[in-house]
Amino acid sequence: MNDKRMCSLALFPPPPAPGDITLYEYNNALVSELGYENLPLTFQGQLENLPALTIPKETLKTHSRLEHSTKPAFIHHRESLWKRCINAWRDIGVAGVLEELANAEEESDLDEETNEQSWVDSAKELVLRWMKTGSRCTLTLCCWVSSLHGSFFPHLSLQKEDMIAKFSQAVDWASCPIRAFAWHPHTSKFAVALLDDSIRVYNANSATVPILKHRLQRNVASMAWKPLCASILAVACHSCVLVWHLDPTSLSTRPSSGCAQVLSHPGHSPITSLAWAPSGGLLLSASPVDTAMLVWDVSTENCIQLQWFGGGGVTYLAWSSEGSKVLAATPSAVFRVWEVQMWTCEKWPTIKGPCRTGCWSPDGSRLLFTVEGESVIYTLSFLEYSGEQKGKVGGSKTASIVADLSETTFETLFGEERIGGEVHSMVWDPSGERLAVIIKGSCDSPKNQTIIAVFRTRNSPVFELLPCGFLRGEDGAQPQLVVFHPCFKKGALLTVCWSTGKISHIPFFFVTAQFPSFTSEQSPLVPLGNRSSAREQPLFSEL
Amino acid sequence: MVSPKHDREWSGFICSWSHLFAFLSIHIFSRIFLQHRISNELILFLQFSILDAFNDLYTSYVIFCILLMSVVIVVINIFIVEFHAVVPSIPCSRLALISKIIHPQQVIHSVAHAVMGMLVAWCAAIMTKGKFLLLSVPCTNTESAPDADLHVCLNEYHLFLLLLGAFMGYSYSLRYLVNNMNYLPFPIIQQYKYLRFRRSLPLLAKHSCVESLYMVRNFCAAYYFFGYIPRTWIITTMNLQTDSKLPLLDTVAGLLDLSLLYHSWLCGLFLLMTWYLAWMLFRIFATEAHHFPVQATFVEEADQCLPKILNSNPPSLLKFLALQDLMFLSQYSSVRRQEVFSLSQPGGHPHNWASISRDCLSLLNDLTQKLIIHQEAAAANGRLKQPPVGDPRQPPTSPGAAAQENLFQSPRSNLIPRAHMPSLVKSSLLPLKTSPVSDLGSNVGSPFSPFPHKSGLIDLSSPWHGSIQSPHIMRRGPKLWTSSSDIPWTSSPYETRPMIPVAKSANEVVPPSHFYIWLQNKKEQLKSFLAKRVLIMYFFSKHPEASIQALFCDTQMHIWALEGLSHLVAASFTEDRYGVVQTTLPAILNTLLTLQEVVDKHFKLPHVSSKPPRTSGNLADTSYKTLRFALRASLKTAIYRITTTFGEHLNAVQVSPEHKKRLQQFLEFKE
Repeated sequence: MNDKRMCSLALFPPPPAPGDITLYEYNNALVSELGYENLPLTFQGQLENLPALTIPKETLKTHSRLEHSTKPAFIHHRESLWKRCINAWRDIGVAGVLEELANAEEESDLDEETNEQSWVDSAKELVLRWMKTGSRCTLTLCCWVSSLHGSFFPHLSLQKEDMIAKFSQAVDWASCPIRAFAWHPHTSKFAVALLDDSIRVYNANSATVPILKHRLQRNVASMAWKPLCASILAVACHSCVLVWHLDPTSLSTRPSSGCAQVLSHPGHSPITSLAWAPSGGLLLSASPVDTAMLVWDVSTENCIQLQWFGGGGVTYLAWSSEGSKVLAATPSAVFRVWEVQMWTCEKWPTIKGPCRTGCWSPDGSRLLFTVEGESVIYTLSFLEYSGEQKGKVGGSKTASIVADLSETTFETLFGEERIGGEVHSMVWDPSGERLAVIIKGSCDSPKNQTIIAVFRTRNSPVFELLPCGFLRGEDGAQPQLVVFHPCFKKGALLTVCWSTGKISHIPFFFVTAQFPSFTSEQSPLVPLGNRSSAREQPLFSEL
Repeated sequence: MVSPKHDREWSGFICSWSHLFAFLSIHIFSRIFLQHRISNELILFLQFSILDAFNDLYTSYVIFCILLMSVVIVVINIFIVEFHAVVPSIPCSRLALISKIIHPQQVIHSVAHAVMGMLVAWCAAIMTKGKFLLLSVPCTNTESAPDADLHVCLNEYHLFLLLLGAFMGYSYSLRYLVNNMNYLPFPIIQQYKYLRFRRSLPLLAKHSCVESLYMVRNFCAAYYFFGYIPRTWIITTMNLQTDSKLPLLDTVAGLLDLSLLYHSWLCGLFLLMTWYLAWMLFRIFATEAHHFPVQATFVEEADQCLPKILNSNPPSLLKFLALQDLMFLSQYSSVRRQEVFSLSQPGGHPHNWASISRDCLSLLNDLTQKLIIHQEAAAANGRLKQPPVGDPRQPPTSPGAAAQENLFQSPRSNLIPRAHMPSLVKSSLLPLKTSPVSDLGSNVGSPFSPFPHKSGLIDLSSPWHGSIQSPHIMRRGPKLWTSSSDIPWTSSPYETRPMIPVAKSANEVVPPSHFYIWLQNKKEQLKSFLAKRVLIMYFFSKHPEASIQALFCDTQMHIWALEGLSHLVAASFTEDRYGVVQTTLPAILNTLLTLQEVVDKHFKLPHVSSKPPRTSGNLADTSYKTLRFALRASLKTAIYRITTTFGEHLNAVQVSPEHKKRLQQFLEFKE
């Protein structure tokens, strides 16, 4: 914090008192009240009766069946080795056969009593032994190679669930009742993915709540509604992408699994991130295991692989809202920015760790991102997109730090509070005026909690980032996910999913700078932004 | 003309490229695979092979081989260029497929490929050396020495390889036809050529390996049974002898020669790789996006600008490229969009926009009409399949009723709706065909003038009224079927009712004589007689999926027109300074909504699957099979793109009340 012009947590107003719940922002100040759940009457009409709901963990049925094969239901039956090998070949492939051979036991124990082993039996045994040693050697070699591979890319040695939990945008993906959340881009409709692998779709204008369940819908990491479409939802699952075609006029609460399109590609699982092209049509999917991200033409189920080795996979995708660029984060200390006309990319190595999250300004000219292991927000600016520079991303040479979120102590009336740490996820509202950031507290100090910080932002003529305040939920509720409503007319509307299973909508009432009819910008705070050069750090190398 | 120049340019490009690759691949391939065994030590082998390669380059045989291979590649390229198509031809029945195979053009293709396959195999045999080198070898008989010089024996290995080459060439040609490999699929995203090449290379290699394996297997089977025919022929014509020491190759023992099989496989791999490489390079080069100017800066270039090409009737590849370019410019390039929205310098007419929008709309209207005709045919068919027991008034016992119904199935009766069509088509297209200047001139004052509700009073000079009375709506009068019912034609027996008056009216026009009825009856009997013969049905029965694919085979064009048009309209909300788009907005909306209605109806027909079939990772692109799904999706997206951009302003646009209702649903995101 040697640089005074950089926005830091010390400039924030102190967090709300414990027990207070942040309700809304008005006149540039966050209003929180003690134990008061609803908005004041004057503001209630503004929200178009959005459903605020609570889905407690206890009501969700956890998986009754963990294994998907029917094997455990039957009595163990000893088959001959060849049969087992053939079965393993059918189920798993070559690896299964090798495993089966390596674990093969001597089968001649029945014949041992006869004591008259013919030469056929002994030859059989010899062959079996050879095959056993051979397959064992192959298996160890494979293990060794994969561990070597894993030492380059440590995330590959994780279990699939752990991998999703590590790269998901939800703070506590593994145990929180809400795993993913998605607003429809044009209407007041949202989908919530729950711990029991079901998805519920809530609509402000209808009481029907469709519940989506599918055999392949497991470990939902992310969801996205198709833009320029009434009701198509893409779901990133454990092994595939499911695209649900929901009928918006239907009153059914359980759409059949026939409404879902299954998009799968070998070697592309688990899928942790999805992004639709803002012009409709194309869907991007990414998996931390696959070095290629896939561009799907959903209507025809064709896909094109965008292969780019290095990085070991793709963990997070963010398509800029005007549709010209895509951020693709990898599990290693590098991320890429693709331009979507010719699908070329620029590579940006980071210093400390992998890119954790990122978001685009509404005009696609600025990218904010955070890096694991650092408690700062970086920015990258891009050329204004005109479509004439074909195949060029046009990023600036260096990324600069715009906010320092390292741990800060606030002296409040109720004792001191420590806030700050790494950023887990970050969202920018569609008008480009508010930025919400989930700051993950460090594990060692129990006083430091996960909290949401809100910034006020301005993108033109110069980029400015001003503190706005901290958001607090009920007692003991940790923020899990934050999403901005894509078309809230009176400012911005932040939807927060809490670890208790509560989903609350927090409106920020302001007049957007695009319509400067009346300016009520009486900022109580001194505007502090990074005017020109806020500690420029050489962060990346141009290709 | 622009087009031939373009084509030639491309083929020249491609030839040179594939030459380069072929040349390299031939030599590397021949050195690495055909001569050396895999058991050789790797490093030594690489060093020697490179040295060896240079040494061998000077032997006349190899140079001749390479020249010959170049000639083969050129001929292959000529065939690829000549046979390419952007619209695949899909045979609807097995008979059509057979007639395609015995079509003279295809016969020439097959024979030429067989010959070239033989040449490639000969080259491979030369480069392999060893026992494959020559067709005739001195006999290794254990007879006396002077005798051995006199007798020349047939080298059956060489013959085997040559015949394999011919077989592969022929089956390649057949596959080329059956898999529609001449079809040029346009990729869903734009990429640089090198990246596309790199991306498809592994698939190509894998596919060639597997296919070569299968072809060698098939050839072995064929040779086992028929191998003696060419062998005896060669022996008798060239006066050779058979080597009694070596086993004959049309026996099991002879075919189980591993070295022979391995070399055959390599030879096949070599052939397929070089040919597929040329084919893939052509696809990549031909489908690369091309930049057409919107406005010509010089008079000579006037033929090459986008509105001109869309308006004229160029080769279909050029038209496809122009539409693709329209889609890209509407989506990505604000500068070129400005040119589209601009006014002409003297006069101030929006010629560019008027021409582009008119051509796109006429494309889409054509599709609408095609779909309506198909739906009517399908509805008639579906009705006939329905046993009309549900209709109590008209028990179809008399042969006359059968004849009436048959009217709608026999090809002759198809002429009746077609005969009606042109007048409707004309009425819908007439205003669009009139000069845009007068259209716009008459409406400059009030772009959203009130809409006359009686269709008889429509002012034909205004550009949008024409498509309001689109054939679909117009037909409703005489046809008496309601478009609001979402039930497909065949699902309920009551649907048969509206058709009967039509059949009657058709009868009234041409009163059937007894002879005619008798003739129809006989025809029907003959048909049912033939239908019982399985073999004939096998050849004649139309595959429903194939006929639907054939219906939508050129839909890529319509998808681009839709996307281009909708992006342009959406961009006009902020970029169109003179309001040129506003004047055509009602026409565009009407066309899109009518098409939407028709497409919706199409997907509710029987035999129409609502989901695309699973595609495997096949080398031959089968994207033409799923174009209708892409059309459905992009049509909806296009309408949503316009409605979300304009929002409530669309209420001011004059459209028919029915379309207004539809638009409202789109505005509320309920479609």
